[in-house]
Amino acid sequence: MIQTHEAKRVEITIEAIMQSRLTDALRKAGVTGYTVLPVLGGSGRSGDWVRSGEIGRASGMVQVVCIIRPDRLDGLMEAAFNVVDKHIGVVSISDCDVVRAERF
Amino acid sequence: MDQILSLAATNLLSPIILSFALGVAASLARSDLSVPEAAAKALSIYLLFAIGFKGGVSVAAHGIDAKLGLTLLAGIILSAGLPIIAFALLKVMTGLSRLDAAAVAAHYGSISIVTFVAATSVLQSSGIASEGYMVAVAAAMEAPAILSALWLITRGGGDQRMDGDLWREILLNGSIVLLVGSFFIGWITGEKGLEEISSFIVAPFKGVLCLFLLDMGLVAGRGLRDRSDVLRPGVLAFGVLMPIIGSTLGAVFGLVLGLSTGGVALLMVLSASASYIAVPAAMRVALPEANPSIYLTLSLGVTFPFNLTLGIPLYVAVASALTGG
Repeated sequence: MIQTHEAKRVEITIEAIMQSRLTDALRKAGVTGYTVLPVLGGSGRSGDWVRSGEIGRASGMVQVVCIIRPDRLDGLMEAAFNVVDKHIGVVSISDCDVVRAERF
Repeated sequence: MDQILSLAATNLLSPIILSFALGVAASLARSDLSVPEAAAKALSIYLLFAIGFKGGVSVAAHGIDAKLGLTLLAGIILSAGLPIIAFALLKVMTGLSRLDAAAVAAHYGSISIVTFVAATSVLQSSGIASEGYMVAVAAAMEAPAILSALWLITRGGGDQRMDGDLWREILLNGSIVLLVGSFFIGWITGEKGLEEISSFIVAPFKGVLCLFLLDMGLVAGRGLRDRSDVLRPGVLAFGVLMPIIGSTLGAVFGLVLGLSTGGVALLMVLSASASYIAVPAAMRVALPEANPSIYLTLSLGVTFPFNLTLGIPLYVAVASALTGG
């Protein structure tokens, strides 16, 4: 049985235009590992949208996924919140297990 | 009047406008027709490169004079001034909040490069010459409007989030870099350079523009279909009235500067058009609480189609009448 370790998975869905600002803030907070995913479309308080229907980066969305040790969650959330507080998007946190804990 | 109607009819039945109409109709009918994102990006790169290059070649052929600097200055003044007029108009005509009104106003000071490209195509078809450096004027008019809108917000005690990174993104956004860069390439290489690549950037130009406008039609139609609830009568009226006011000021500046018929028409088009790429991105960062549905739908769903179908022939006809061209 492979040993696993508890970790936190933070998913931040945010406007594409804010991506570099968010990842810069995460790096400054010591979070060096994250994955950026394109978002194809969705629906929320600001209405429906699809990536193929957008003409610029203004209204497209991306998702930034970070998996971190639980003790680093507060630092990450503080850094992320300063960037995303007034913007369209969703921030969610879930528990997960990882192998190779030294990587997080 | 006959000239305006004739030009409008010719324009409305051109492949360019009909392609745009096809896109809007397909979107409104909920067809699954779409232009892949990467293809649309490639089409826009082609159009920006071609229009910038040809502008540079024109400057190389005809030389530059003091009018270049003065026209650039006029473009900057128009871009900075139009949002203030738009803001006042929005406060009178619509019930928009100060924040939303300032965000919308920024779009109407900045420009739509696709409207500019379509106008140059109409001028070319009509055999009307224009100053090649109008491409540089278009690039200069992108950003000042954003400053004016932020000033309007700051003046009212509002909060805005402008930073150095955003300025870099605005001034070095891909469209401006490509437009200005290809302008200089055209200027440096001149007619000889154009000869070398004319089979690529001259002959296919209108066909590519048709495909790009098909995509724009799809996007505009989708916006109208999904977000038309934001288009209250006052807001809708603003989307048609503001281009008329902008083009009138553009005509005044063009005549004072002594631009050619084509030059006056293009300055009218630039002043009448509204941004839907650079400014929305800037507004999302600087004024995140402003409602993007309002400014995107108004700019792309109302003003862009108006300018493309009726505005351009109107501006060309008025410029011809005013300059005797």
